[in-house]
Amino acid sequence: MLTTEALVKELVEKNGRNRNSLMPVLQGIVQQEHYLSEEALLCVAKELDLAAADVYGTASFYTFLDTVPRGKNIIRVCKTITCHMKGKDEIINTLSNALKIKVGETTHDKKFTLLTANCLGWCHKGPVMLINDEVYPELTPQKALEIVEEYAKSTH
Amino acid sequence: MENNLKKVDIIFEVDDKCTPLEVLDKTLKRSADDIILDLIDSGLKGRGGAGFPTGLKWKFTRNETGDVKYVICNADEGEPGTFKDREILDRVPEKIFAGMTICGYVVGAKEGYIYLRGEYNFLLKNLMKKLEDFNNALKKRNIDFRIYFKSGSGAYVCGEESALFESMEGKRGEPRNKPPYPTVAGYNSKPTVINNVETLVYTTMICHMGPEKFKALGTSDSRGSKVFSVSGDTPIPGIYELELGMPLHEFVNEFGDGDTKAVQVGGASGHCVPRKKFNDTIIGFEGIPTGGSMMIFNSSRSMYNVLHDYLEFFTEESCGQCTPCRVGCQQLLKGIEAVKRGERPPAYLDDLKKLTGTMKIAAKCGLGQSVGNPFNSIIDNFREEIIY
Repeated sequence: MLTTEALVKELVEKNGRNRNSLMPVLQGIVQQEHYLSEEALLCVAKELDLAAADVYGTASFYTFLDTVPRGKNIIRVCKTITCHMKGKDEIINTLSNALKIKVGETTHDKKFTLLTANCLGWCHKGPVMLINDEVYPELTPQKALEIVEEYAKSTH
Repeated sequence: MENNLKKVDIIFEVDDKCTPLEVLDKTLKRSADDIILDLIDSGLKGRGGAGFPTGLKWKFTRNETGDVKYVICNADEGEPGTFKDREILDRVPEKIFAGMTICGYVVGAKEGYIYLRGEYNFLLKNLMKKLEDFNNALKKRNIDFRIYFKSGSGAYVCGEESALFESMEGKRGEPRNKPPYPTVAGYNSKPTVINNVETLVYTTMICHMGPEKFKALGTSDSRGSKVFSVSGDTPIPGIYELELGMPLHEFVNEFGDGDTKAVQVGGASGHCVPRKKFNDTIIGFEGIPTGGSMMIFNSSRSMYNVLHDYLEFFTEESCGQCTPCRVGCQQLLKGIEAVKRGERPPAYLDDLKKLTGTMKIAAKCGLGQSVGNPFNSIIDNFREEIIY
């Protein structure tokens, strides 16, 4: 895997050395490293010739640009009204018990982070969760558990 | 019970005899002014919720001087209860691309961007391939227009057009002061047309079938049809394209479960309509306009929980830039909790309603301005459920 510095350089090269590239660059780092470390933010500031505070300001605004360490797989369970009505609490409790973490926490082996999210746009097929970029609608507690187990098996 | 609800098939219609590229070829032979006249004549208004006349938006941008202009497709669909744009992007993306290209031709733009919410990134793989084919087809035809994708990163407020520009420019998604409007200074401070996904598809289809057919649908204030996202307590949740201007009771007859207590029209930022008002509520610009979100609640649901969920949503999604919205959302949430616990008298709800009035006047963007819609309509119609 690339060092953070090399990764930032590569992303800046690909997206262009200007402010308009900031979002794709930050998104690219999160994809590889699962969050934005202080080192990464400083590297981006240097490469794009921006104040570090500017870079942090943008990063900290967006839910999907995490500035605290996250697991390899980030689970986001939709908590908005229709998913609430269809039983998102059971999904969250099941996953929370299975992974032995609360919402907002990361497992000790750094494989999973459990989060909630605002409306994911699947209100007709709730409850729903995202794992990284993949979407899993029409969940039952059993189904959610099986999906997460699959990820556990394939993540090293 | 008799039902006149009219289902329509324009958005998702697949016509092998006339593909979006063929519509494009046909349309680009016409003059830009003719296309604008057709759009104005069709009566098409923006389908994202705000309802600005699309033809005028294009005309204003065309009238701006300057070499650099942009066309942006707002695919940052974040309103709770809305999922129609995801379906459109998934099923008929070429119609969106064609609409953007026609717009580029009309206003004189060479670049188009689709701002896709991060929650829909799983669509990208398929979309990128289709976009590449489309861009290649444009190149082959010597059309000087290219479309690109930009991803969001989980911020509801970026669906507000000026916040979306800020985000594309690598900044915090904080709405700008208006004016200037996007048609004058949008992305990179250049004249920009920003349209909702569904609106762009309708522009393609109006160019295809002519304004008359579109105009024949709907009412004089709400021309045409609209894609509705139906969810909640309904046996048949999903996407439905319906004629605008329908009475809400007809909608409930079709989609309700027989025990419908209320319908939230227009998502969390929309209005809650109780059963007793179904008969005299029209879904359209003359009644309650909507970006398409229709959430149905039956009598087993607590409207306190519904309002609480909406207020939590707004408290988290407020960008925090202006005080009326940042503090207002928090105080509304704390306020109904305090009334529920009996720490505040029921009359405190009226003070909170005044606060939404202040937010409507003083908040910088539609987010803070519209929190009063769900708040007041739920408090007014279900006051006892909030208090007890």
